Amino acid sequence: MSLSVPLHEMIRAIRSARTQCEERGVIQRECAAIRAQFRQADNGGRSHNLAKLLYVHMLGYPAHFGQMECVRMIGSPRYSEKRVGYLGAMMLLDEKQDASLLITNSIKNDLSHSNQYVQSLALCTLACMGSAEMCRDLASEIDRLLRASNSFIKKKAALCAVHIVRKVQDLGELFAPAARSLLTEKNHGVLHGAVVLITELCERNPETLKQFRQTVPDLVQIMKGLVISSYSPDHDVAGVSDPFLQVRILRLLRILGRNDEAASDAMNDLLAQVATNTDSTKTVGNAVLYETVLTVLDINSESGLRVLAVNILGRFLLNNDRNIRYIAMTSLQKIVGTDHNAVQRHRGTIVDCLKDQDASVKRRALELSLALVSASNIRSMMKELLLFLSSCPPELRSQAASGIFNAAERYAPSQRWHIDTILHVLTTAGGDVRDETVPNLIQLITNTSELHCYTVHKLYRALLTDISQQSLVQVACWCIGEYGELLLRGECQEAEPVQVSEDDILDALETVLQSHMSSPATRAYALTATMKLSTRITDNVDRIRSIVSIYGSCIDVELQQRAVEYNALFKKYDHMRAAVLERMPVMEKNSPGHTNKESAGEAVKEIQPVNIKQALPQQPANQAYDLLDLLGGSEESLQPSLAPSSTALGLPIHMPSTAGGDLLDLLGLEATPPAPAPTVTVYEKNGVTVTLSCEKQSDSGLTVTLTASNCTDSDISSFTLQAAVPKSVQLHMKAPSGDFLPSQGTAKVTQMVVLSNPNKVNLKMRLRVSYSKQGSAFQDTVQIDSFPGFSAAGH
Amino acid sequence: MQFMLLFSRQGKLRLQKWYVPLSDKERKKISRDLVQTILARKPKMCSFLEWRDLKIVYKRYASLYFCCAVEDQDNELITLEIIHRYVELLDKYFGSVCELDIIFNFEKAYFILDEFLLGGEAQETSKKNVLKAIEQADLLQERWPACWHCWSAVVICS
Repeated sequence: MSLSVPLHEMIRAIRSARTQCEERGVIQRECAAIRAQFRQADNGGRSHNLAKLLYVHMLGYPAHFGQMECVRMIGSPRYSEKRVGYLGAMMLLDEKQDASLLITNSIKNDLSHSNQYVQSLALCTLACMGSAEMCRDLASEIDRLLRASNSFIKKKAALCAVHIVRKVQDLGELFAPAARSLLTEKNHGVLHGAVVLITELCERNPETLKQFRQTVPDLVQIMKGLVISSYSPDHDVAGVSDPFLQVRILRLLRILGRNDEAASDAMNDLLAQVATNTDSTKTVGNAVLYETVLTVLDINSESGLRVLAVNILGRFLLNNDRNIRYIAMTSLQKIVGTDHNAVQRHRGTIVDCLKDQDASVKRRALELSLALVSASNIRSMMKELLLFLSSCPPELRSQAASGIFNAAERYAPSQRWHIDTILHVLTTAGGDVRDETVPNLIQLITNTSELHCYTVHKLYRALLTDISQQSLVQVACWCIGEYGELLLRGECQEAEPVQVSEDDILDALETVLQSHMSSPATRAYALTATMKLSTRITDNVDRIRSIVSIYGSCIDVELQQRAVEYNALFKKYDHMRAAVLERMPVMEKNSPGHTNKESAGEAVKEIQPVNIKQALPQQPANQAYDLLDLLGGSEESLQPSLAPSSTALGLPIHMPSTAGGDLLDLLGLEATPPAPAPTVTVYEKNGVTVTLSCEKQSDSGLTVTLTASNCTDSDISSFTLQAAVPKSVQLHMKAPSGDFLPSQGTAKVTQMVVLSNPNKVNLKMRLRVSYSKQGSAFQDTVQIDSFPGFSAAGH
Repeated sequence: MQFMLLFSRQGKLRLQKWYVPLSDKERKKISRDLVQTILARKPKMCSFLEWRDLKIVYKRYASLYFCCAVEDQDNELITLEIIHRYVELLDKYFGSVCELDIIFNFEKAYFILDEFLLGGEAQETSKKNVLKAIEQADLLQERWPACWHCWSAVVICS
């Protein structure tokens, strides 16, 4: 049989263990010994062993094998064993454990035990961990004890009843009569228990509340006795007589007086008396004053009494004790809606509390400060709040930021101030603002048209300093995209003039695009802004095009799609580009598209899919001809293009003009369908004819279609065309339809050439024709000086 | 009150009294997290904090933290007084109480607490009465003493 050491020995052994491992070893040995002891028959050391197990449990080790031992011990006739057994039950068992049901019977028996200390154990355990079932079983017992026992038991029975009511609300009716009669007792413990019980009953049942309103005079009497009576050493705490009972009575009075004129009247004088007479130099006095204030503010009290209460809170605010200041602000928060002016008087102190070291105090001060902001104090309050924001703990940042935004929106003295404030918040706490901030701010900016110049300058400067705050960067990018030309203008009446070049702006946007700090959404903003600038700046459009085309192969699908679409805007739809990218109209607040990031890109996206659906998929040449026939098309031949097969958007094939016209009608655009392009013969020799027709794509873009035919009697093979253009013109030759020209002009070869003439120089082309016929190679060159339907001088 | 915890500056629990039904695992988690939070606070800070959805009131006496979780409507200042009263009771009982007393006589600390609070509420507002009751209960216990020095299964002395 293993030896069992006394409790103190074991504790000493555990404490002297130097490592966790050693401690575990000691505990395992002890638990084994304890288990062995439990299995044995009754011995004197049982309570002892259980106590050891409870200690081990408190250190965090498992002790469920002790549960049954607790049950056994509770059933023991010995007080020492009962005591530890009940303690073990409260520590190891909770109502969710099955074993807890087993002690119900023991508790029942012990409730009627002859010895009051045994009764006390049972009452304590029931009140601590009694389940709803146990409560139902034993409620009548408790009621009996409430009526007929000594004070020692009565006070405990009252609190036990409180627990029962919390578990099984319906049983409240059972205890109401007994509770009422307890109010006549003199014993403070019993009175306290009775008041707590009545409070619980009234909180849960409005009927009971009505009944107990009649006790208000009695309660007032008891309070008066406490406040005025002579010194009672038993219950005195620093000069306050039984503060615990006072506080509970005040709380009950609050519930009884709420929304009831008569009851509130009856307690008015008493409250005034307590408020004035209670000594506020010690915490205990302040505890009573605090409860009084809460009661005064919650019932229908006289205005004079209310003022008194708010003044007490004001005094609390100036107290050296941080706890008292915290309490004061919590209470002021509750009444800032109803007694706004009274609280405003203390605004200065509250704002000072923003600088307190303690985070809880700071939080309270922030909430109160935000509630106290009004049209008259907005400027000074905002200064303080912004100061607070720059140094506030991270958990309060987002609350502070959104509070500031709300206040700014409601009371902004001027639009410029409003924008400045929002920018300030974005620079200090940009990471903690809510998502709607960005569209809200954009909407605000578009509505303030006179400040566009100022805003974009400020944002540009902010962007140069720091690109880590995503919200700020997004707004800045959007503004630069929209109002870029204002930035280039240089002067601005509200901000200092600064020289900004187009390259500077594009540098800034590129930095955002390339930075690893930028989120995908931010990069999308930057890309769209870059694109928009292509219609607002003059010199660096190429740079924009190259930026945009780079992102055509970006891994981010969203960016890639946008880039590809913007590319298409440059190439095929250049004539639409200016219209698509023009200034945004003023946005209505809460318009349907409001929360989506509205940008020119969105508009483009909507148009493009229509195109894609209408565009014919790539076909080999003959099938294309067939298709043309179906459409009843002109003699223009279809040129399958070498477009990269991007799934999002394949370059639409050059449509015959009539079909193109239909397409444009579908879009509802007013653009006139281009007239059938005139054809000009540029080369005719030895039976080989090359004709040329042009189609203007945009201000500086042109698509030239070269068609070759052979009207000799022999076939021509290896037919190739080469073209050269002046230096500033860009040339892109598409793949020819073939290189075989059958005799007698039975079939033609076509080739498309895309030209871009941004500098609008005189357009010339040198064309070299080479082929082989009947085994001999032929080569010839021709210069084309004019293109039909297109003059170099622009429109 | 929902629960009361006593713990040392190293975070070792010296007493835990739970007045709400929670499983062992949940209790462990709450204790661990709350202890960490309170130990991280600086000395001059407020005695009250909002933690999860509870109101926490705590105070440090020498090397022990006394921490209570109370309901929304409970008066924080009076809770501080309750904590203080409990410390006074321990002090009177043990005679100048220190942490070691509470470690080696933890079951006594519980008995005293159970004589002062019942179901999370104060049951006796007179210090004298609480101490008297404990004294009587202790005497009762001595009538059937557990054998502190028994080393084998031997019946008690009367």
